Amino acid sequence: MQDEPTPTELIKAVADFLRNEITPAIKGHNAFKLRVAINGLDLVTRQLALEGDSDSAEAARLKQLLGMDGALLDLNRALSDKIAKGEVDLQTPGLADHLWQTTMDKLAVDQPNYASYKRELGNK
Amino acid sequence: MIEAELGRCVAAWYPGATGVTGAAKLSGGASQETWTFDIVHPSGTVGAILRRAPPGYGASPGRAAGLDAEATLMQLAYDAGLPSPRVMHVLKPEDELGTGFIMQRIEGETIARKILRDEQFAQARPMLARQLGGVVAGIHALPAAKLPKLREMTATKEIADLDREYRSFGRPRPVFELALRWLRERDPGPSKEVTLVHGDFRHGNLIIGPDGVRAVLDWELAHFGDPMEDLGWICVNSWRFGEIDKPVGGFGSREDLFAGYEAAGGRKADPDRVMFWEVMGTLRWGIMCCGMMQRFRQGPDHSMERAMIGRRSSETEIDLLRLLAPRGK
Repeated sequence: MQDEPTPTELIKAVADFLRNEITPAIKGHNAFKLRVAINGLDLVTRQLALEGDSDSAEAARLKQLLGMDGALLDLNRALSDKIAKGEVDLQTPGLADHLWQTTMDKLAVDQPNYASYKRELGNK
Repeated sequence: MIEAELGRCVAAWYPGATGVTGAAKLSGGASQETWTFDIVHPSGTVGAILRRAPPGYGASPGRAAGLDAEATLMQLAYDAGLPSPRVMHVLKPEDELGTGFIMQRIEGETIARKILRDEQFAQARPMLARQLGGVVAGIHALPAAKLPKLREMTATKEIADLDREYRSFGRPRPVFELALRWLRERDPGPSKEVTLVHGDFRHGNLIIGPDGVRAVLDWELAHFGDPMEDLGWICVNSWRFGEIDKPVGGFGSREDLFAGYEAAGGRKADPDRVMFWEVMGTLRWGIMCCGMMQRFRQGPDHSMERAMIGRRSSETEIDLLRLLAPRGK
């Protein structure tokens, strides 16, 4: 068992340090890069917090939709094949809901400030 | 360094020029660079831009029109009275600057967030969509006989290119599959009308001033194809920068864009076809984001920015779903 602090706590501490102490001291193109760096750390923090639950819910939906079992990547590959071949489409019960939920869960990690995502959160 | 070569070059075709100053690289990958500089002249300095492939990088990759074609298109646009920089000089081997051209520098803003938020553009914003519609019409009407050789694209070819590129990543994305399928089922085939298409008509390639559009830049992706493609690409949500209810660049309506287009060119915009190209464009940007991730992982440019752009492909997935499978309607 690894010791504490947890990865989430460590990354958050580093991101907060960069945000609060370093950002005011940096100018120009490096200020832009620093902002990208902080965004990257924040993204990792969100993924560590959310990925476990969203991945298992996604896998459960895929098993239901496809009637098969497997690793998440393989299930996604199987669904992609079926969509490409036209074996499932937006009329297939559950497909649109699944794609929406999966995409919303990705945005919650990648870009929770994206305007389309914020709109859809209120649209549910 | 580059100022010495530029100084020699400029002296050869700009009467009275005594040199150049303030040269700074604005952007550039390995094969293409953009520089800003000032031409020193007794009657005052003149702002200029160098767009070039450095010596040793002659051929343009894949889809690119090539710098010679870009120079020709830009000059044709200028001659037609469209907002465009004047091309001052096309590089020759003896300039020792590589291949490319030097154009007039036009002052203004290209950064979308500033154009959409800053007070100085408040009066320009409501008229931009109509104005840009007129500019697109002008581009589509440039004299065919004078146009350079360019690739010819159809919706079918574009879908095949996107499909191939997406599959080369080897990672399944059900939403992209849905979009590819949707596009194939609605592929209108070759356009009845084929015109010059700018190919990258969007924020970043448009210089905007408080008075409106001042210049169209970056003809790198110019080709022959369906004129509706340019109208669809500028409506892609990725170029709205948060202003999602204003489909044209986050500042205007499709109706204004189409009205400006029709008033200036006479061709009627086809909203269904424009929407088809908007879906294509959204998918294209999503696949480009995935490509950034590939280059981050495999290429020499192992930059954090590229890595983070890879994480923006999900933005295009939600936008594709909003277009293809809207909820609660």
